[in-house]
Amino acid sequence: MRAAIAAENLTVSYDDFLALDDVSIDVASGESFGLVGESGSGKSTLLRAIAGLAPVSDGRIALDGETLDARYRDKAFYRRVQMVFQDPYGSLHPRQTVDRLLQEPLAIHGVRDAERRILRALDEVGLGSSFRFRYSHQLSGGQRQRIAIARALIIEPEIMLLDEPTSALDASVQAEVLNLLEQVRRDRKLTYIMVSHDLGVVTHMCERLAVMKSGKVVERLSSGDLVAGRISEAYTKNLMVASKGFVRKAALA
Amino acid sequence: MNPMLTVDDLRVSFPTRTGLIEAVRGVSFTLGRERLGIVGESGSGKSQTGRAIMGLTPAHARISASKLNFDGTDLLTAPAKVRRSLRGSRIAMILQDPKYSLNPVMSIGRQIVETLRTHENVGKREARDRAIAMLEAVQIRDAGRVFDLHPHEVSGGMGQRAMIAMMLIAGPELLIADEPTSALDVTVQLDVLGILDKLVAERGMGLIFISHDLRLVSSFCDRVIVMYAGRIVEEIAAVDLANAKHPYTQGLLNCMPTLGTDRHPLPVLDRKPEWAA
Ligand SMILES: Nc1ncnc2c1ncn2[C@@H]1O[C@H](COP(=O)(O)OP(=O)(O)O)[C@@H](O)[C@H]1O
Ligand SMILES: Nc1ncnc2c1ncn2[C@@H]1O[C@H](COP(=O)(O)OP(=O)(O)O)[C@@H](O)[C@H]1O
Ligand SMILES: [Mg+2]
Ligand SMILES: [Mg+2]
Repeated sequence: MRAAIAAENLTVSYDDFLALDDVSIDVASGESFGLVGESGSGKSTLLRAIAGLAPVSDGRIALDGETLDARYRDKAFYRRVQMVFQDPYGSLHPRQTVDRLLQEPLAIHGVRDAERRILRALDEVGLGSSFRFRYSHQLSGGQRQRIAIARALIIEPEIMLLDEPTSALDASVQAEVLNLLEQVRRDRKLTYIMVSHDLGVVTHMCERLAVMKSGKVVERLSSGDLVAGRISEAYTKNLMVASKGFVRKAALA
Repeated sequence: MNPMLTVDDLRVSFPTRTGLIEAVRGVSFTLGRERLGIVGESGSGKSQTGRAIMGLTPAHARISASKLNFDGTDLLTAPAKVRRSLRGSRIAMILQDPKYSLNPVMSIGRQIVETLRTHENVGKREARDRAIAMLEAVQIRDAGRVFDLHPHEVSGGMGQRAMIAMMLIAGPELLIADEPTSALDVTVQLDVLGILDKLVAERGMGLIFISHDLRLVSSFCDRVIVMYAGRIVEEIAAVDLANAKHPYTQGLLNCMPTLGTDRHPLPVLDRKPEWAA
């Protein structure tokens, strides 16, 4: 099967610092692919590089087999590939209403039918039409993240780059957002690349995943293998142990 | 023993064009030198509770309490100057979003150094060394490099840890940590909890730990307050969380994806109007 998104030998550097060091992944059409690894390992940079938002110095990114320019992305690209950032505060303008925030992508891409799409998008992300004229600074974190997802979905992309989309949310909202993301992926045959620090979330959402450390992919495995403990790298094993919760050292001593 | 903090019938509301939003509706609890968790879904009033204690309630909001007392000081009637000095030294808050609390035009290191030097009379050299040591304590590798970076040049998780370092360097007696680790990956998360844990155990700091992660809270805190729609619906010892009585608490525990359980879709909360009554 041809990869919907492929990154080959990707390198991103900030001055002398290698944020991505020869990274390759390929994600099949309709697949949900996970990225895990410690903070600073380059997960966001990889998504940003795909979205044309990071200084790629080497390697290649292809969309449906077609190589993209290292930096420039045209409007047609963003019609097909949308990104949801990890930070629901920074990604939405606080002084805009939900309505304005949802109108904007429609205007950029010249999509008609705004009224119907806005109501549908609000409904799809579980916020009623009563939220339509609220300002984003009046929303809580979970509400903002739903708006960020609605904003990405409203122009009906094929690929969603999801950077920790639920890590700032409480459990009840996370479950709803994960169900929402699974539902729209199934309904619209979307392809996902999803970053999360929660292995429970990643294995729930993704078929395969890559483990990143210091700008490199150190292990690729299926969610099934991870859950069953069929892990080759010590680094991945540590992530597994840590995901079991806090253990008080004093209590052991 | 007198509690360090007493909160009684705290209320915070926001007048808006479409009516009054009641963010906190009569919250009461006390805190000693312990780890108190506050959990609840988005919008339940956790942050506004923390901010009210910290004195960071937005100016246009209405705030009232029959008691809001920190170590003998009535926080609601204390002069602004007293509150500011408490906030600078004895009470600290780690905000949910580091981007809002770090100054974007100042290097991370300088911010930590300035925080330290407003509380303690230390020389430049020592301040720098201690700031770097604190960055290392929150598991920032290459702390010397990060010291000179600006907030926009680091990842979200690293910004969060820099923020934690800045709050801890003043050595507060009461720390309100609002989702301090939700942007961090699991290993670092546990390191940060280890640091907070040590401050409670060794220095007798009181900690209010606001989080949406019930599993984490149950493994870390002593007591847990569960909030829904601005109210406390249940208060429970952390070790008993699995036997929570309230259906809301049970629902929160149930809806988390865990390794090896295959539930598609995940169970979601069936919210009952009477929970908000
Ligand atoms: N604009 C930038 N300037 C300098 N360094 C950066 C910049 N953006 C990211 N980095 C560095 O790249 C590394 C990877 O960051 P990131 O991809 O955000 O990590 P994460 O895996 O946590 O998402 C980090 O060490 C970060 O400091
Ligand atoms: N500046 C504001 N104006 C109006 N409503 C607000 C404002 N800030 C918070 N709120 C509302 O107060 C409620 C509680 O918010 P918050 O304490 O931030 O919740 P939590 O931290 O539990 O997610 C929410 O319904 C939120 O929308
Ligand atoms: Mg990231
Ligand atoms: Mg909050």
